[in-house]
Amino acid sequence: MPWSLQDRPKGEKPSDCEVASSTDKTVTLPAGADPPLVTGNLGFHDITQLVSYHTEKRPPSAWYMAIAVSSTLLCVLLIMIAYLVWNGIGVWGNNNPVGWGWPIVNFVFWVGIGHAGTLISAILFLFRQKWRTAINRSAEAMTLFAVICALLFPTIHVGRIWVIYWTLPIPNQMEMWPQFKSPLLWDVFAVSVYFIVSLIFWYVGLIPDLATLRDRARTALRRRVTGFFALGWTGANRHWRNYEKTYLLLAALATPLVLSVHSVVSFDFAISIIPGWHTTIFPPYFVAGAIFSGFAMVMTLLILARKIYGIQNIITMDHLEKMAIIILLTGTMVGFAYITEFFIAWYSQVEYEQYAFLNRATGPYAWAYWTMMSCNLLFPQFFWIKRLRRSIPFLFITSIVVNIGMWFERFVITVISLHRDFLPSSWDYFNPTIVDVLTLIGSFGLFLTLFLVFLRYLPMVAIAEVKMVLPESDPHYHHKHESEEH
Amino acid sequence: MLKKIIRQIKATMGVYESRTDGVYGLLAEFSNPGTLIDGARKVHAAGYRHFDTHTPFPIHGMDRAMGLGQSKVGYITLIGGLSGLGLATWLQWWTSAVDYPINISGKPFFAIEPSIPIMFELTVLLSALFAVGGMFLLNGLPRPYNPLFYSRAFTRASDDAFFLHIAASDKNFDLEETESMLLEAGAKVVEVVHDHGYSELHRA
Repeated sequence: MPWSLQDRPKGEKPSDCEVASSTDKTVTLPAGADPPLVTGNLGFHDITQLVSYHTEKRPPSAWYMAIAVSSTLLCVLLIMIAYLVWNGIGVWGNNNPVGWGWPIVNFVFWVGIGHAGTLISAILFLFRQKWRTAINRSAEAMTLFAVICALLFPTIHVGRIWVIYWTLPIPNQMEMWPQFKSPLLWDVFAVSVYFIVSLIFWYVGLIPDLATLRDRARTALRRRVTGFFALGWTGANRHWRNYEKTYLLLAALATPLVLSVHSVVSFDFAISIIPGWHTTIFPPYFVAGAIFSGFAMVMTLLILARKIYGIQNIITMDHLEKMAIIILLTGTMVGFAYITEFFIAWYSQVEYEQYAFLNRATGPYAWAYWTMMSCNLLFPQFFWIKRLRRSIPFLFITSIVVNIGMWFERFVITVISLHRDFLPSSWDYFNPTIVDVLTLIGSFGLFLTLFLVFLRYLPMVAIAEVKMVLPESDPHYHHKHESEEH
Repeated sequence: MLKKIIRQIKATMGVYESRTDGVYGLLAEFSNPGTLIDGARKVHAAGYRHFDTHTPFPIHGMDRAMGLGQSKVGYITLIGGLSGLGLATWLQWWTSAVDYPINISGKPFFAIEPSIPIMFELTVLLSALFAVGGMFLLNGLPRPYNPLFYSRAFTRASDDAFFLHIAASDKNFDLEETESMLLEAGAKVVEVVHDHGYSELHRA
């Protein structure tokens, strides 16, 4: 019985629950019952202990190695930004027909990654997918950090970043206002609102867990800091009542929001008249691609985190398999969209469209196009095989391959469509510079540093929510057991 | 009169006044969600109103057991959403058609179609801010000082323990009587919580 585990003294290492991993345990279930979401027969206190413990002890040595690498990359990013601001955007490979080079590719790439978190927390919440509780916290954190990386690129791409506030409707001495008919301005609103709402959603989810950390704190400083952010939460039912309603409302608000963000990003392309951009398929196709790449990034990070932190009983093989199925689904949707684009180019009989797509597959950038096709459409098809969906090395490799493929997708859309202008005399080939490359690598440093700091100081699994999916959390569970005793 | 209304509003947030002798209330621990929900039902039936349960996670059916109605956060969120929609419409119309109209490729100065993305975004933004702000307001958060924090056992309310607290401000409250009632309702342990009146963190 999980109740008997309650009396273990605090601070003791939960070795008994770390040993039992999800794979070596065969549970006999009644026919038709779902497998348990949390394995290893953990009780409420075990979950508190297993998750909070990692924010309290010294991090594992792998964490130190990782943060050494990521903060070095972060420094590279900062140096590149300083170099860029000092010299202007001529330091990048952007040329005359290709006015949007890597910075916009990177922007769309990072915004896309930043979709999985809110999808998991909002849409799966509305669909009552209880398995989300194990992964939503880290996925939401990943979303926030990816959106920070995304916001960085258009900001530095404007060249004169000291006037970036012109994109906001702030009264100024020129008496000018932003141009609200421009999709670029919609983008400013869409991505910033997405960031703010995701941050709120994440913080609201964190409040009960911060209270848990506060109540476990052994030093005054720790109690003060966690206590400040926990806002005096006591788990009162009068509070839970409003809290749960708010969480539901935020999920309902974030659901159309998450679908809208990448739609608005796709308007940047779709509303222009460039062949290859001017298509109505862009919004749904961008959203599917965003979910695809976002889940791949969640998978990359969680495979490492669950192993290093020994939380395989909370983030189980079943969770990874469910994510693999979503990757398969969205990857196939994206691949279908690639093929539809070709069909429509032929069917429309518009010669510019036809040229743009033939040039994609056979022109000077064919290597990029086929990289994208094989990584995004073909590679995830291996997930039809159950054995591969449950193989950690294969999942890890695929999650990285998918993100390489999705970066190339944005490269294909942005650069290939631009490098053939309507005027053949301005046709050119795009070559990135070393600054382009180091800025992209550096943005991973920013992302990973933020994520590692999150793993160190905040509960990476939503403690209160995982407790809710245990059968013991239901009052009827106890009523039933009591009546059996009588 | 006004003081009474404020006291009533505070009671809905779970903020109660302690007695003049410093007694804040009785804190009863129950062994599991099942016994807690039965206990809450009995406490409510016994006529107590200034009470609350404290649990590590929300327990389904507790609102009904405690006799609480629907949360009002939804109305506040609706107000936020409508103000966001109104703000976005006004902002786009006033800036581009009234304050500084600029002819951009012969398009109308203001039209609904290109205004929809911003209208949507600000509706969502203000709804979310109002939802969370409204939740804090209705819950009386942030609340840095709470006499319940003086109880040592109460630290487990965010871990694996299930508490029911009856405030001394309840009109039916009586130290002995309420305690025996709680034990009868299935409480494992009952503890008197004193309000020491200072916010110094005394838990070492």
